[in-house]
Amino acid sequence: MGRDPSTLLRKYHQAKWDEPIIVEMSVPGERGILVRQAEQEVREAVGDGVSSIPGNLRRSTPPALPEINQVRVLRHFLHLSQETMGTDVTIDISQGTCTMKYSPKVQEHIASRHPGMVELHPLQPESSLQGLLEIIYRLDHFLREISGLDRFTFQPGGGAQGVYTGASMIRAYHAQRGDTNRSEVITTMFSHPCDSAAPATAGFKIVTLMPDEMGYPDVDALRAALSDKTAAIFVTNPEDTGVYNPKIDHYVRAAHEAGALCYYDQANANGMLGVARAKEAGFDLCHFNLHKTFSVPHQCMGGSVGAVGCREELARFLPTPGVTFDGQQYSFGDAAAESIGKVRSFFGNPQSLLKAYAWIMQLGADGLREAAECSVLNNNYLEKKLKEIPGISVHYSTDRRKLEQIRYSWEQLYQDTGVGTEDVMRRMADYGLQHYWMSHHPWIVPQPFTLEPCESYSKDDLDEYAAVLRQISKEAYENPELVKTAPHHQVVHKVPEPSIDEPERIAVTWRQYLKKKAPGAAGPLS
Amino acid sequence: MAAVPEEKGAGRGRTAVVKKVGLLVNPVAGMGGAVGLKGSDGAAILREARLRGAVPHAPRRVVQALRAISRIKDQIQLITCPHEMGEDEARTCGLVPQVIGSITRGATTAEDTLRGAGQLEQLGLDLLLFAGGDGTARDIYHAVGQRVPALGIPAGVKIHSAVFGVTPRHAGEVAVRFLEGKLALQEAEVMDIDEDAFRRGTVSASLLGYLRSPRDRKFVQSVKSGGTAGEQEVLLSIAADTIEQMDPARLYLVGPGTTTRAVLEQLGIPATLLGVDVVLDKRLVAGDVNEKQLQQLVDRRPATIVLSVIGGQGYILGRGNQQLSPAVLTTVGTENLVVLASQEKLVSLAGKPLLVDTGDEELDRTLCGYLKVTTGFREYSMVKVGCQENR
Repeated sequence: MGRDPSTLLRKYHQAKWDEPIIVEMSVPGERGILVRQAEQEVREAVGDGVSSIPGNLRRSTPPALPEINQVRVLRHFLHLSQETMGTDVTIDISQGTCTMKYSPKVQEHIASRHPGMVELHPLQPESSLQGLLEIIYRLDHFLREISGLDRFTFQPGGGAQGVYTGASMIRAYHAQRGDTNRSEVITTMFSHPCDSAAPATAGFKIVTLMPDEMGYPDVDALRAALSDKTAAIFVTNPEDTGVYNPKIDHYVRAAHEAGALCYYDQANANGMLGVARAKEAGFDLCHFNLHKTFSVPHQCMGGSVGAVGCREELARFLPTPGVTFDGQQYSFGDAAAESIGKVRSFFGNPQSLLKAYAWIMQLGADGLREAAECSVLNNNYLEKKLKEIPGISVHYSTDRRKLEQIRYSWEQLYQDTGVGTEDVMRRMADYGLQHYWMSHHPWIVPQPFTLEPCESYSKDDLDEYAAVLRQISKEAYENPELVKTAPHHQVVHKVPEPSIDEPERIAVTWRQYLKKKAPGAAGPLS
Repeated sequence: MAAVPEEKGAGRGRTAVVKKVGLLVNPVAGMGGAVGLKGSDGAAILREARLRGAVPHAPRRVVQALRAISRIKDQIQLITCPHEMGEDEARTCGLVPQVIGSITRGATTAEDTLRGAGQLEQLGLDLLLFAGGDGTARDIYHAVGQRVPALGIPAGVKIHSAVFGVTPRHAGEVAVRFLEGKLALQEAEVMDIDEDAFRRGTVSASLLGYLRSPRDRKFVQSVKSGGTAGEQEVLLSIAADTIEQMDPARLYLVGPGTTTRAVLEQLGIPATLLGVDVVLDKRLVAGDVNEKQLQQLVDRRPATIVLSVIGGQGYILGRGNQQLSPAVLTTVGTENLVVLASQEKLVSLAGKPLLVDTGDEELDRTLCGYLKVTTGFREYSMVKVGCQENR
């Protein structure tokens, strides 16, 4: 029983329930709960409860919700849950750049059940929110210590919104100085795409630097790009490749000399906690994704936080409110006149702030550094194991240790066998591993895949992961068709590739599906 | 080894229709290269190559490509020319081709390529796979134009055209993916250089036209394509940026290429795909102008030159746009160059710099350094322009 100790491979097959869409399960009149009539006394006091709603707010037809009893609803969603392959089910080092670390369940428990958290209302008086405000205040100070910067905001509901917030602050900073010519933001090809997309959304023109032979953004290109039009540089370091740019301070200095500000995208700071800080590298702003480095689950874009920090001279542009403490009381403080305003309602995602705070408190300062060291150690161990597998290569700086993630390439495998990274990715699911993240666009490393074995994973986990890739490489050389037609042990077999590029074949809601499926509708679904 | 299970469902992702694939091999392609002749065009050169001991190597390269294709042999009907022009290579790979036409063994010429391509076209091909170099691509272009999707297996000495796979095996993989319906077609440049001039040490390249070739978006994933703009969107966005920046008092000298053509199309101006068109205040002033006309125009008004990256090697000047002579460039001023390219095209240069070959080395040197290339609407990339010495 269990995993084969000689190969570290599992005999695995995903559950397959052939489950209908929930609306297809609807039986008219079936109910999950039969709500009793209110008591006489209540009825007399409030009437029928509906007629007091103004007529123009009432819907004329009931919502088209599926009618299903409780047990069938439960069964349906349990079936679906068995067909998933999420982070708590697999060795989730596949999602490089996402920092899929274990999120201690005690944090979930407190955030979702503690009355001091779940019974709060954002509009209740500050005096009754002291516990939450203290947590936000202390978390701000933790991140100041970790980054070296002077103030943080927790409003942005994700990394890209954090970058947007930073870009808006930078625009406000230059405008306030009367420097209205600065319309360009410089970023690098291997920085996260939001480092160009978010400043572009904030109204900037984007200039991208290509990597040099070592994989670093070309510093001469930066010098050529900088001008009195440059508002800021937005960079990550290490970049997507896992290569840390040791001369980052030269880039920052060059930008400052041109009058530009420097924004450090530290969405993923897992390899650097307690080791290096944005301040010492000279940056003016940075952001951390609490849903990566600080263990908060990603929650499908629902509960994420891009915590943006800045130097004191930029603090007046931060979104409001921020939390202050006068020695006795925590409060939201006064809105600064030059603030860029709110970027999200109320305080953002406070449950996530609680989880990040709890995680830092569990680890302590030494624990944070140990997390960084383990993630770097894991990454370099895995690199050594993977470089021994036929068909895998690492593109840049092969003689240097990487930080917490690496962009690998199956180019050799593709040249030798015709099996590419997408084929391998699908085959992984047959061994019970989540498909891996390939690369942001455009692919510069051919046939790419990006792995990030953060500190949560044991040596045994890494060995099993490497064993699966070794097995798939062997299959590709011996029987490429097996890999090309994968997955074979999954809920869904191969999804035809072009269909994902064709919106007319996709329906993301039931209503859309019915429309596209209707007789006479244009498109391939009808 | 586990057997491959049957694909479930109604053959999803597979096509039941048999695709017609034409194969045309120029068996003498590349013979001149190995013996230092920089090309194999023409009977005299070929004779010289044979005297120098050259042996055909195209067949071996064709076999490498066909091995990839043999994976889907049940889904294709292979049609080819006799003997070394395709039949022999196909049979080596265990394929059973339909053979058409006739040739004289061991004495094929460009005429055979032209005739073979024409005969294959008549059969209604889904893809014409040809092996050779730029000369063969030129012949295919002349024979079938844009009527048949075509893809080159690189086997020649000169490979400047963008219609070839990177390696023979890669060409085979691209063909398979295209026939499986996973790749779209794009216009790919057919370039040729003057071999005689090349032997004398100068490169005189011309852009002959465009074949329709399967587009292997090597640097873009084909699955999970959220966020990837299609080729058309990228062209539109580059054009929009260029137009936004146009100064109504300046002339715009729009060079050849599909990226620059998009600018003129956006302005509603019929573009000369292989020539230089001149625009003033968003209106056409002169179409397909020669060097002399250009010089007269730029002598009278300030101008900006709008260029695209020609071919797979990264040339922005000196390949297919020789009308933009050193004199014209000097009058316009090298600071007034706007280069347009999709980020994908820049990435496909794999770290190599953009190249200039104006014919004036001094001018080439002043063009070296970094250029801010327009890659989208208000989006640019800093790209190195290489100097002669580091080519």
